[in-house]
Amino acid sequence: MILTLTILLAVIIAIAWAAFNAAYLVLAERRGAGIIQRRPGPNINGPFGLLQPPLDGIKLMAKQLIIPDGADKFMYISAPVLVMCPAIMSFVALPYSDWLQAQNIDVGLLMVFAFASMGTMGIVFAGWSSRNKYSLMAAMRSVSQAVAYEIPMIITALTITLMAGTTNLDAIVAQQSENFFHWNIFPLFGETHNILMPFSFLIFFICSMAETNRAPFDLGEAEGELVAGFHIEYGSMGFGLFFMGEYANIVIGATLATIFFLGGWSCPFGLFPGVWWFLIKMYAIIFTIIWIRWTFPRTTIYGLLNLSWKILIPASLVNLLLTAGLMKVF
Amino acid sequence: MINYFREIFSGLWSLFVGMKVTFIEAFSPKVTVSYPYETLKMCDAYRGHIELIENENGDPNCVCCMSCVRACPSGCISLTGEKPEGGKKKVLTSYNLDFTKCSLCSACVEACNFNAIEHSKEYNLASRNKEDFHFDLLARLRERNQ
Repeated sequence: MILTLTILLAVIIAIAWAAFNAAYLVLAERRGAGIIQRRPGPNINGPFGLLQPPLDGIKLMAKQLIIPDGADKFMYISAPVLVMCPAIMSFVALPYSDWLQAQNIDVGLLMVFAFASMGTMGIVFAGWSSRNKYSLMAAMRSVSQAVAYEIPMIITALTITLMAGTTNLDAIVAQQSENFFHWNIFPLFGETHNILMPFSFLIFFICSMAETNRAPFDLGEAEGELVAGFHIEYGSMGFGLFFMGEYANIVIGATLATIFFLGGWSCPFGLFPGVWWFLIKMYAIIFTIIWIRWTFPRTTIYGLLNLSWKILIPASLVNLLLTAGLMKVF
Repeated sequence: MINYFREIFSGLWSLFVGMKVTFIEAFSPKVTVSYPYETLKMCDAYRGHIELIENENGDPNCVCCMSCVRACPSGCISLTGEKPEGGKKKVLTSYNLDFTKCSLCSACVEACNFNAIEHSKEYNLASRNKEDFHFDLLARLRERNQ
């Protein structure tokens, strides 16, 4: 009974955390865009515009969910759920601190990547079931992008696994927990002695941005050119779920980068380790992602695929090989 | 081969340069105003609909010479005036502007020899009724003076 309640509570917290982040990152994104473009951004509803996300949510929920004529009804309705659910599931394995984790899984890293890949299926469902050739084409573009960037991302994660000797996310953080110089991103110091780590971090960061369809890699839904890409036929909360799924994936990407490279919840100076350090690092990465979105123009689909297949995949493979070599030598 | 790497690193470097630019912009002061709550002063050259100019007594400068009526290519302006008993000059009794036809060509303002009309700085005009754009400028002048 108590176990059931604990599981229920964990699930509710995971969903609430994902939804809260998704809602308020939209606000942060819009305010960030405003600050970079030297305008205020949404600041009318509530103090600093803090009531904007709930109001947007109410607006979306009040709208009618229109199912297009001839759409595959079951797939059409399940697609947004299939995007959102895997994102929430990934939160189960993510450790936010030594006590704040839903479930310590030995193959946590594998589980997160497995669920992250499932989001692609939702995109295919959405594009296919809308009975709209544009959304189908946009879904194909999105999938080709997701597949291309998953490879270097997982190879980089493999590099981390190779060094840490475990796929347990908790253990990966524990190895970096002493101080600043034991973080994986810093070469030469710490136990890892791997000078290639900043390079791995860069690859991982680029891939996590491309995986989550973020600018400058947001070709899947290029608002200006394709209207909305694969979710062109979705309105109401169906659209809202796609949007929230995207932001939940950003949180997962930033969380993974924090765990792999920035030492998780450990403090840079060895003081007061705790969940707040984790949140500081995670949000710093998320704000960098927002900053990047409002700095660079969108790439072309050729540039996007070239970057992955010609640069990132060979680079990450070489990185893996050299890491293995370095581990053998030292 | 060396060009391949050079291209990658120069491209990567240009990204950081771009991010520095937006970082500086982010900490620069805002250039927009929250429109309905704050408004900017319109520039001198802005042409709104015409407005009567008053003299120091609060009466219109207009002497009813009808130059503006004749100058208007669209026939927007209609005015009437009469001589008060014992007075020398004509006094304006009504000045109506049909803004629906006005093209803001400024011919009336140029034709006026008595500094009686000018362009207003009004830019917030919107209505669903045509009648809202038939202005009684004399009434507007009195309203301003109150």
